[in-house]
Parts: sequence; structure tokens; C-alpha cells
Amino acid sequence: MAEVYKIAIVGSGPAGMSAAAHAAKKGISHVLLEKTDHLSDTIFRYQKGKHVMATPSVLVLRADCEFDAGKREKILAQWNEDVKAAGVNVRFNAEAKAITGEKGAFTIELTKGGQIQAENIVLAIGTQGNPNLMRCDGAGLPHVQYQLDDPGEYTDEHIFVVGSGDAGIENALGLAADPAQGNTVTILNRSADFARAKKANVDNLMAARDAGRMTIMTETSPVLVEPGWITVETPQGSSRYKCDRIIARMGASPPRKFVESCGIAFASESPSAFPALSPTFETTKPGIYVIGALAGYPLIKHCMNQGFDVVEFISGVTDLEPADEPLLKEKLQGLPGRRSVSEWLEFLRSRVEILNGLSPLQMREFLLDSEVRAYKPDEAIFIRNDQGSSLFGIAEGSVKVEVDPSNPNITVPIGEGSIFGEVGLISGRKRGATIRAAEPTICVEIPRMAALKLMAQVPEARDTVNRITSERQVLQIFKSGLTPADIQEVLAGAEVMDVKPGQAIINEGDVSDDLYIIRSGSMIVEKNLGGKPVFMSYVPAGSYSGEMAMIERAPRVATVKAAIRSTVVKLPADPFRRLLARKPELAKRMYDEMKARREINAFIEEQKEEFGGAVDMYSSVANFLIKQGIGEATDVLLIDESLCVGCDNCEKACADSHDGLSRLNREAGTTFANIHVPTSCRHCEHPHCMSDCPPNAIRRGPDGEVFISDTCIGCGNCQRACPYGVIQMDKPPPPKPKLWEWMLFGKGPGPGQPDYEWRKKASKGGAGGESPKLAIKCDMCSGKAGGPACVRACPTGAAIRVSPDAFLSVARIDRGAG
Amino acid sequence: MTQVGGHHTERVRQRTHEGFLRHKGFRWAQIASLICLVAVAIYFFVAARLAEPPNGGSWLGYILGVVSAGLIVWLACLGVRKRVITAGHYSLKAWVSAHVYLGLSLIVLATLHTGFQFGWNVHTLAYSLMMLVIASGALGIWAYATLPQRLHGNRGETTRKQMLEALESLDKQLHDLALPLDRAGAQVVRLSLEETELGGSFWRRLTGAYGNCATSRALRQVKALPAPADPRQADALEKIETVLQQKADVLGLARRQMQITALLEGWLFVHIPATFALLAALTAHIVSVFTYW
Repeated sequence: MAEVYKIAIVGSGPAGMSAAAHAAKKGISHVLLEKTDHLSDTIFRYQKGKHVMATPSVLVLRADCEFDAGKREKILAQWNEDVKAAGVNVRFNAEAKAITGEKGAFTIELTKGGQIQAENIVLAIGTQGNPNLMRCDGAGLPHVQYQLDDPGEYTDEHIFVVGSGDAGIENALGLAADPAQGNTVTILNRSADFARAKKANVDNLMAARDAGRMTIMTETSPVLVEPGWITVETPQGSSRYKCDRIIARMGASPPRKFVESCGIAFASESPSAFPALSPTFETTKPGIYVIGALAGYPLIKHCMNQGFDVVEFISGVTDLEPADEPLLKEKLQGLPGRRSVSEWLEFLRSRVEILNGLSPLQMREFLLDSEVRAYKPDEAIFIRNDQGSSLFGIAEGSVKVEVDPSNPNITVPIGEGSIFGEVGLISGRKRGATIRAAEPTICVEIPRMAALKLMAQVPEARDTVNRITSERQVLQIFKSGLTPADIQEVLAGAEVMDVKPGQAIINEGDVSDDLYIIRSGSMIVEKNLGGKPVFMSYVPAGSYSGEMAMIERAPRVATVKAAIRSTVVKLPADPFRRLLARKPELAKRMYDEMKARREINAFIEEQKEEFGGAVDMYSSVANFLIKQGIGEATDVLLIDESLCVGCDNCEKACADSHDGLSRLNREAGTTFANIHVPTSCRHCEHPHCMSDCPPNAIRRGPDGEVFISDTCIGCGNCQRACPYGVIQMDKPPPPKPKLWEWMLFGKGPGPGQPDYEWRKKASKGGAGGESPKLAIKCDMCSGKAGGPACVRACPTGAAIRVSPDAFLSVARIDRGAG
Repeated sequence: MTQVGGHHTERVRQRTHEGFLRHKGFRWAQIASLICLVAVAIYFFVAARLAEPPNGGSWLGYILGVVSAGLIVWLACLGVRKRVITAGHYSLKAWVSAHVYLGLSLIVLATLHTGFQFGWNVHTLAYSLMMLVIASGALGIWAYATLPQRLHGNRGETTRKQMLEALESLDKQLHDLALPLDRAGAQVVRLSLEETELGGSFWRRLTGAYGNCATSRALRQVKALPAPADPRQADALEKIETVLQQKADVLGLARRQMQITALLEGWLFVHIPATFALLAALTAHIVSVFTYW
């Protein structure tokens, strides 16, 4: 009879390895099973030289193996050493085929024969080992692979890449990068566009196609694989191509079948669901524990901590303080109530409605990202026109909303358990009202990213936020003394719709009468005059459209379409008309606003008759600005070319107020009729750059500026994500001699960004050595009282910064002005 | 939530879309005109009661002199202001606007200060230099008001760097295309590759006169070359002609850009040195006046 181990750990990734190392350190009999011949296959398969990040940076690492951000090779070498030093009992080439038995007597059957006996099992197999497979005939042939380690390995082959995600595109680009390799590369995409991939990757792919380096086949899927050939189904029918190799990159999912065969239940039916776990990582099958990516934690640090913790739990420790305990303790210090961390977690979870559906583990992680604050009565939580996109939940007490900016005594209460700040979260616009605590109040502030994660994880939370948002938005837009009770009928039929850029929600001439509220994004209104669409107005988030047809029961007078990706709420007309009948104040308000809108329309139409050219000019300039992404901008730098003398003082000022590097390129960028949009940040409502920042270093500041904090790790994701090319990767130049030294003695390069030669020479002499390249972008001169330096330093007034409400007045400029 | 509790002050934003001449509804034009009007009125009011016009030695002349000298020094400080990027509230546009109109007002203030007494001395030298500075400044106003349209109209969306890269790439093409050519053909390409000039002295950039531009010459010579018998060479020669034409076009664009830029900064080559000369002459004027008074 073979040895019965106390713990058998399946999978030697960061989680499994850390568990094994801790078991070894504690002298617990254990075995670490790895199906390949090396540790941590997922990290091993990263491309050569990849920089591995250590996030979240606030989390303390508690493990017997070391880990710090660095190159793949360095990390793997470190782990190999740590595992050896700890005396881990590793079995390579040992893949688990089946797990049978009960707690205390499990048997793991290996694919290559042999069995392992163990009292407890830790499953740390991740998800990468379970790529989604091709399903067509012949998919099992040896030239179908699910991984590409080194694109340089293959030459003179006909290669098909299947999959439209980033992995597939990056592989295809890698294979086609060097024409000398002579590969003929084709990428197959089941759908018509590459919606799941990063924009930069798609752009590179299109460029590679245009340069003739590869072929893209969309709406195409493989139907048959034969040695040397592939048959694909295209919209035009099926065809057969020469094919030496197929690389299938279609994602990975938890190996559900295997996990379920061990007797473990999943949290839900969804294909992306994870196994249901207790706070000690134990599954529904006693004695089997799941940690790491398979438990839903893909970050290396989490995995390693869980490896440590699970061994502690198995060895009978019940009061293990989680690794994040000190962080949470510090966070909750100074709050009234003398609660312990776990009491706080339960207090918040049970009190705040949107947190009800979280597990204790999720709650811990959630609180790491969020803040809990206590407010005294009348203390401001946020002020009208503040920039902010976080969501607040009220755990105790209540708050009052100052709905009328001119009279702070008119307030609306929000009670315990509810949320506020959701409009800022969803639309990215400034706070619409000042909110103060009505009594001693405890709130949890949830940053935008954490709130979005919460809404994605817990459907109930998403529904609650959506319902409250619609209700509040309607109240805020129409004011007029409406109460939540008044609008319930209207909201019952409300429908939340996502609108693609350019997609119309209302078409001129249509007979429809619903009212639309713009929740996020923005709309442009166009009218067909003399066969040409003429720009009429811009409707920002937090506003409404479509009221004319609703009130007058007439066909639509103009087309309303999305300027950028937007979310709108459709309100049915009939309940709204009944509301208008009940509320004469609201009716009057809407009539007045409609009249004003109608006057503008009439004015433009009249102008069209008299100065056709001028109106064309206006609408084409307005269209140009919207196309330049100004529809999603909150603050953009424009240059009036009839005033710009090309002195580049704006760039020099930018460099001199930011470590010697200019964040703006005046000359580059596009121009239309005197208005030049230089390459400079627009501070988008929902910045693309923020979408994938591993250390979460990109934030929005108090003046609305989107800035990169010094936690930047230089990964370059934001640079690739920005559709406007305004982020550069660079390192600050060495300090220049003082300005007066330059003016009097000609020392140094003078004002502005020093040229490359000077930087190279100056950094050679100085100490410090190589500093890494970091992402830099405009921060709107954050913290400088005078405002953005580029505008202040423009001698002629050519440089102006505008917000969306003002840019149309720029478009309306009289061309003779100057 | 840094600003919670305290009052939130919105930072200054220059959103108004006004050029430096129109800044704040011609505020500085109005101030400068008012100063001039007051000065002229007082001058003639005082002059009417005196035997000879009040020159710099009179109390009025002294005041006008102090004001003018102060203005000159302050106006000269624009050069420092534009280079010192401080964090506080300032607008270079407002400075330029004031610089323009207050500078023009010196024509009146300093002329009144002279009491219309001129001679061949350091005093009149200072006055003449000041007028030269103002005249060159007026040229600058004209340039700033009229040339930007041409500057941007010429380049379209092409940046300076792109123009240079385009030339570089065309040169590379020329080099490759010339490989199969015979000696005479290669000589022509070499002429364009090695002797084409761009930029150079200020005068050359300003006039845009590149004498006999090597690329234009090469283009003429290529057209004049006898058709080669070898089809490969004939083909290459034909392509070279197209590329040379493209190069000539890009050169034209770049040279026009340099010319307009030179025009935009040309007046400064008078304005700045004359300012320094003026400051020296002004110092001499003041010292001599106080020494020999």
C-alpha cells in the first residue's frame, strides 16, 4: 500500500505551488501533482520576456515563495528555487484523471497510470489548461494547437488562426510579422467584426491585411480539418485551403466536467460560473478545496495567499487572520461602533441593499477597493459640480439631497440601505446636486471600477442600481416637484437600451412618440434640409429627447443619433402623457423647453435659406468635432489656426510644467476649417485608457482631469487603448539648468522639451542610471491654480480648452473674427 | 473627495475664443487710447501757458519720461514672461495684448516727452531706436494677423517631421531605382541626392530662393537624357522622373512652410536687437540727463 498523504495538491501554478511550499514548511505530508514537466505551466507559457505584474499592489503577500513584479524568466527561476528550498514533494508528468473516495481517503487516478492516496485534496488547476476546443471533424489532428509559444519557430507554412480575441490576433500578427519567415497567415473570425479585441490589436491586424501580410476571413468557421488542408464555411459557401498548421485561440473556461465528476457543485449554471466555496475554500464535497483561478481569483498574489491559507485551514486552524486583515483593520479604524472587521463586513453586507448578494470572501475583496466613512449631521458628502464617479451606499443613517441649487433648504431624503451618486457612476458627468448627511451617517464609497465589478458579479445589484438610476434621473431631469410615486407608472414601461455610435434612436418622419432619456454618452440631432443632413443640436447625458412628437402627436421632426456609444432609457408615451395631465407644472416646463428648442430649429432653417453656406459650415464643423471624439470629451484643447503662429509655446509650457516632457503635439492631429484638434487628451467621459490599467493608476481628478498616478508600471495598455493616440511612453529627462542660466549664459537646452541628443548626453553624466519608461499624458495641469499651461502660454489666444457644452459655440465662430 | 467640507473653487479656464488683438473686448486698446488722450490733453493745456513747449526737463516731461521708461522696461519683460511657466494665474495672451497697445501708446507718450526737440545726440538716438522697435513690432502685428492662415493652409495636416520623412523616403526610392542605370543616369540622381538644399540661412528661407535647386536641375536633365536601349533602364528612368517630380513638390511645400515661418519670425530679428540697443541708449540717456542736468 502506497503512502497516504495528508494533502494532495493538483496543479503547480502560483496557488498550488504556494500551498505545497507551505505544507512542506509545516512538515505536513503532501504531494504536488503537475501534468507537465515544469512548474506553473500558465506562467511558463507566457511569451518570452513578458513583464509579469504584481497586483493588487495594496495586498500583502503571505506565502513561502517569493513574488514580485518582473520578467517571466526571473519569476520562474525564483519559484523553482523556492520550491526546491522548501523541500516540496513534486510529481511531474502527473495528470489527475479522476478523483474518488471521501474525506480522509481520496484516491486520485493518474492518466499515465498509478494512483495517489490522500486525506485532503486541493484543486489548483486554473482555467488555462482547459482551452475551448475546435468542434469540427479532424479537430483532434496533431497540427491543431491551442498555444503558440514562439511565432519565430515556424517558417514557410500555411497557418490558420481561429479566434477573434486578443490572443488570436496577437498570434496571427506574430506569425506574419517577419516576411522572411515566409508564412501564409489567415485569421478566421466567426462573426463580422473583432468586437472582443483591443482596438490597437484590431488596427494592427487591419494594417497587416492592407499591407498584404495576411488574410482575414470574417463570418467564417472551420468545418473540416484534414492533414495539409482545411475546409471553411464562408457566407458564399464552403471552400478548401492548403493548411499546415491551425492555431485555435477561442478562450478557456473552468474544466467543469472534471470538477463536477469529483462531486463538486458550481455556483450557477452559467458557463463562466465557478465552484461554490465555503470561507475556507472547501467545496460542496468535504475534503476537496479549490483555490486560485478555478476559484475565480486570476491574480497571482491572491492565488499564492490562498495556497498558504488553505493549508492552514486543512491543518485545523480556524481563526486564521486573512492576509488582508491588517489592511481592512486600518481602513475601518476610527469609525464609530467598535466593530471587528468581520462584524463590519456583515454590518455593511446586510444593511446596504446592493451588497446583500455578496459572499464573505467577495465582501472582503470588495471592501479592499472601497472606503467606509462616517459623517456628522450636515457634513457634505459631495458638492454639486464636483467630479466624481463613485457610488455610495448608506449603511446607517440617512442623507439629504439639495435639489435646488439656489435654495439649500429644499432637500429630498435618501434612507438607510439605499444608494446615491449613481448618475456620476453611469454617465461620468459632474455631480448634479450637493448631498449632506441628515444625521450621524455611515456610508460606503465604492469607486467606479469596483462598482462595475459588483454589478457584473451580482445581477441583483445591477438591477437595483438600474432601477434607482432611472427613477432618480427622471426626477432630476424633470424636477417640477415630482415624487417617486408620481413616476412609477412611467418607469414600469421604461426600457434601457444600448446605442452604437451613429445609430439613430429617432428617425425624421417616423410616426413614434416615445420619450428618450440619455443616460450615458451623447446624441446629435440632425434635420434633413434640402437633401442634406444639417446639424441642429447636441444632447448630452442627463438630458432628454423626443418630447415634440410625444406632446404634439406628430411625426418626428428630426433624426436623433448617438455621437458615441450611449445608453438611453425609453419611456413610453402614454403613461407620460397621463403624467403631464396630472402635473401641470411639469407640462408647462416641458412646453417652455420645447418652445426654446423649436426656436433654435426655426432659426437654423431660416438661416439655411439665407446663408446656406454658413449653416453647412456650422454643421460640418460640428460633425467634424464630434467625429474627433469630442462627443465623449469633457475638456479638449482646440487650436484656432487663424490665430496660431506656430511658436510652439504651448508645447514648451507643457514640457516645462511636467518634468520636461510635453504631453501635447500641436502640429499633429486633424484640422477642419480653421479648427485644429491637436494630439492631446480629451479627458473622455469614460476614458478608454482606464479600461485595462493593471495597477489602477489612471484616475479622474477633482477638476475632471484624467491623470496617471505614480503607481504606473509602464505596461503600455493605456497607450494601446487610447483611440486618439495621446498617451506616450517615455522617461523624464534629466533636470535642465535654470532658465536664467540659459538666458544669460546659454547653458542647457532652454525652455521646452529638451531634444533627444541633449537628454542622452545629460543622462550619461548624471547618476541614477536607467529609469523605466512610464505612460505620460495630459493631466490638465492638475493642482496648478492658473489652469492648463498650454492655454495660459499661448501668446495669441489660438489655444482654447472647451467642454462639450461650449464647443458648439466655437463651431459657430464667425470666420472673420480674429 | 478632497474638497468636501471646504469650499470648492473652480480653476480659471480661458474658454473665451478671442484673439490677442480683441482680448477682453479690446480692453488694452481702450486703456492705451485713454492714456494717450489724457497725455495729449494735459500737454496742450500746459503748453498753451508756456513760452516754449514742455520738454523732458519740465515737470510734465519728467512724468512722461518716467512713465515711458517704465513702460519700455515692462514691455521688454515679455521675453521673460513667455519663457517662465509658473503655476499662477496669468495669461500670455493678455500680456501680448497689453504689450501691443501699450507699446503703440509710446509713440504718443515718448514724442510728447521730447517736446518735439530733436538733435544729433544720445537722446534722439534713444527715441529713434524706440520708434524702430515699435515699427518692427507693428510689422509683427501684421504678420501675426495675416500669416497664420497661410501657414496652416500650406501644410494642411502634414507635420514638419512628416515632410522630412517623405523626403527621406523619396531619396531612398531614388537610390534604389538608380541601381540599374548607366553612369550618366546615376550622375543625375546623385545630383538630386547629394546637392539638394533645404533650410539654410535665414535670408535663404525668407526668400525661398534656392538658386538653381539641384532637384529641379536633375528633373530637367532626366527629361533630356536619351532613352536607353535596355528596357530595364528605360523603366527605371521613367519611375525616377515621377519620383523626382514628387520630391520637387514636397520640397516646394517644405520651402514655402519655411518661408512663412521665416516671415512670422523675421520681424523679431529687428525687434529684439533693437530693444536691447534701446535699453542701452535709454540708460545712456537717463544717466547723461541726470549727470549734466
